[in-house]
Amino acid sequence: MSETMNTDDAVVLAPARSAFDQDWRKIVNWGLICALALIFVSLTDMPDKLDKRVIVEPLLSMGYLSLIWIPIALGNFVTREVVLEGMAQHKKGLRELVAGVSVGAIGGAGLALLIWLLDTRDLSDPLVNWNDALLEVLSFGEGVGYGAIFWILASAGLGLAGGALHLLPAIANRLLFAISLTIVLSASLESALDDISEGFQLEWLFEALFEKKGGLSVQGAIILAVFAIAWVLFLGGQAKRGRAAVAARRELSPTKVNTVGLVLIAVAAVVLPMFLGRLTNDLLTNVGLFLLLALGLNIVVGLAGILDLGYVAFYAVGGYTAAIMTSPTSPGLSPELPWWVAIFVVVFMAIVAGLFIGAPVIRMRGDYLAIVTLGFGEIIRLTVRSDWASGFTGGAQGILSIPGADIVGIATVKGTDPQQVLYLVIGFVAIAIYVSWRLENSRIGRAWMAVREDESVAEAMGINTVNSKLQAFVVGAILASFSGAIFAAKVGSVFESSFKILVSIVILVIVIVGGMGRIAGVAAGALVLVGILGGPNQPGLLAEFSEFKLLIYGALLIWMMLKRPEGLIPNVRRSRELHQDEFLQDAWLKAQADDDDDEAVSGEAAPA
Amino acid sequence: MSEVVDSSTPLLEFRGINTHYGAVHILKEVDLAIYPGELVCLLGGNASGKSTTLKTLLGMVTPTTGEVVLDGEVVNDKPTSYRVERGVTMVPENRRLFKRLTVKENLELGAYLRNDDGVESDLERIYEMFPRVKERLNQKSGTLSGGEQQMVAVGRALMANPRVLLMDEPSMGLAPALVQTNFELIQQIHEEGVAIFMVEQNANMALSIADRGWVLQSGRVVLDDTAEALLANPELRASYLGDGNR
Repeated sequence: MSETMNTDDAVVLAPARSAFDQDWRKIVNWGLICALALIFVSLTDMPDKLDKRVIVEPLLSMGYLSLIWIPIALGNFVTREVVLEGMAQHKKGLRELVAGVSVGAIGGAGLALLIWLLDTRDLSDPLVNWNDALLEVLSFGEGVGYGAIFWILASAGLGLAGGALHLLPAIANRLLFAISLTIVLSASLESALDDISEGFQLEWLFEALFEKKGGLSVQGAIILAVFAIAWVLFLGGQAKRGRAAVAARRELSPTKVNTVGLVLIAVAAVVLPMFLGRLTNDLLTNVGLFLLLALGLNIVVGLAGILDLGYVAFYAVGGYTAAIMTSPTSPGLSPELPWWVAIFVVVFMAIVAGLFIGAPVIRMRGDYLAIVTLGFGEIIRLTVRSDWASGFTGGAQGILSIPGADIVGIATVKGTDPQQVLYLVIGFVAIAIYVSWRLENSRIGRAWMAVREDESVAEAMGINTVNSKLQAFVVGAILASFSGAIFAAKVGSVFESSFKILVSIVILVIVIVGGMGRIAGVAAGALVLVGILGGPNQPGLLAEFSEFKLLIYGALLIWMMLKRPEGLIPNVRRSRELHQDEFLQDAWLKAQADDDDDEAVSGEAAPA
Repeated sequence: MSEVVDSSTPLLEFRGINTHYGAVHILKEVDLAIYPGELVCLLGGNASGKSTTLKTLLGMVTPTTGEVVLDGEVVNDKPTSYRVERGVTMVPENRRLFKRLTVKENLELGAYLRNDDGVESDLERIYEMFPRVKERLNQKSGTLSGGEQQMVAVGRALMANPRVLLMDEPSMGLAPALVQTNFELIQQIHEEGVAIFMVEQNANMALSIADRGWVLQSGRVVLDDTAEALLANPELRASYLGDGNR
């Protein structure tokens, strides 16, 4: 696709291109991607497994949603162009629609092929989901021919819709996006909303929106759509103005606005749990436990630059120490300390573990360090399970009947009462946030950053690099051990299987997806990943998704790395640095365009 | 900078230093002495042991035999921080700023070990010396030009309030026009009473401002003389100064 680069004026749209002036190769590529994505999602069995999770009662389930978004998105992407300054911008028209339909149709044909193969071949040996149930879902029980034709047509139609998004004005796109987001999000949050509405005496609202047997009612979906439209058209603008006002105020008195924000958050943290039901409280407790872990890892990885892949070790140390210290039935040693006394032992053990693991590891750099920490994470777990330590840890039987968390004899937080546990978690998260914030702006925080940037120069500045890295390791270990101790009191038992390597990975993903080096980012990451999708052993709001959790984690991680490497709520510093290449490229292109002055130069089209 | 310059005893000294990287013998029986307020330079080709000399002086490499002496005290087993605290500071090769930190943070890290009240006034002094640096305080140091980075690197080292500045190839990677300015800057710092130990490949330029110099060859000091004598030395002229700007 070669077109003229017009440097005169980018705002004036060139006339729409003919419907058949297409980059067919690109269409076929995207079409094949669409087909592969549809086949892949089908073979993961998402359409079947998630069919029970309804979004809008008779119309749409999560299962079908897992398929239909693909042709829409790809039908849209195929004609999306990066328009650089100085390049001709064509009016959108039939060309976009044709491309969308083609991509969708090719994708649908792929799915049709799958349906036919499902019917005629048996590949259930390597592909466990290759079965009649999948065929049934894909062909709606109406036979192969019906299913195949349906999907080719439906996918083409969805691709067309995707392409048509280019023709709509920007505001309509925003409205559609807001509506779909609101509906899907509300449906995902259904159980939490049910729980919350009870606390706030808003059952009538919940009943208006949702069907009894689950899923939004059609009427509810319409209400939400109206709400989304109103939000985008009216309230959204006001919210933006409000934010701008806050930002302007912040210029004047940054501390004041921050204080107001902090007080609001603090009040919410104290008041909200009272209104939430069991389920939401329990969910938020899990989020808080992982937030505590992620904040600790954020210090180790984000500030000091030590890529620790065995962070779960300290979580385990916290959990097991608290269990041994408090449980009356712990084998070997059983002092039956109250929880708040045990916490001191936990901190002590975390420091010992941090030094014990840190000392040999810290002398290594980069990849070597990451791999060795990965090993240590498993070593701790396997030690706990071993015959050698089972006299204290109970081996594979674990430690049971851990009493709740006794707070200085004033109150006992029972693990069975999620609201109390949530308060406990909030308290520790507050401590962790305060510590993170203070450390980041301290002398030691600056030393960590220096070590992260250039270890040998940091050493030449007189920074004791080994010590400061060890300090980061130990601070991280203490925060993780708090989380472990609360976890033990909450669940009432600890088993080595709760401390698998996957926990380390999930914590790291939370930090990366949320935004490394930024507390709000880490909180957002914990909320999205653990709250909605669920932790490694903890169900999230989308309990049906638990089977696909890791798949979604992985996909999310890859997508984030490609499109938004700075995380959901980025640290300003990191964000700039990660996009520096783009800034430089933009500047270079601009300079090129300026150099070319007003002579029209023929050039290559933008890369997709 | 206000210390009385006592030029009778060396500030920093090597006595028969030998270093090894594994089995490889790098420095062989090296003797050096840097007196307070001096400007000296160490010349030598690639792999002659120049950088190892600097690292040994700063304590990032431990010698196998011999003594590193700071203010008359043997500091072989003292860490880098001990030496930095006592006024030994390095400007690393290629400047090596903390690129993702701001200019101000870089400068403050230079004063990492100091807790006296002089830090603020020293910052002011750096701003006076380099007005350009002051304009860019909150910019990330990696985005500065080469010349500006050199200013920050020197400023960062000066923030440690050094008595002797170890400079590793200060003119490497600088535009030719900046090399001259850079040497003027080194002289200016020297005139304020800071001793300077400079490792340079640009021998002509370095010797033209230095008091004394050594020539290192395969880890051994082969020449040790005043700068004038070295400049006049025919052997040296042939090997280093022949084509001027090597």
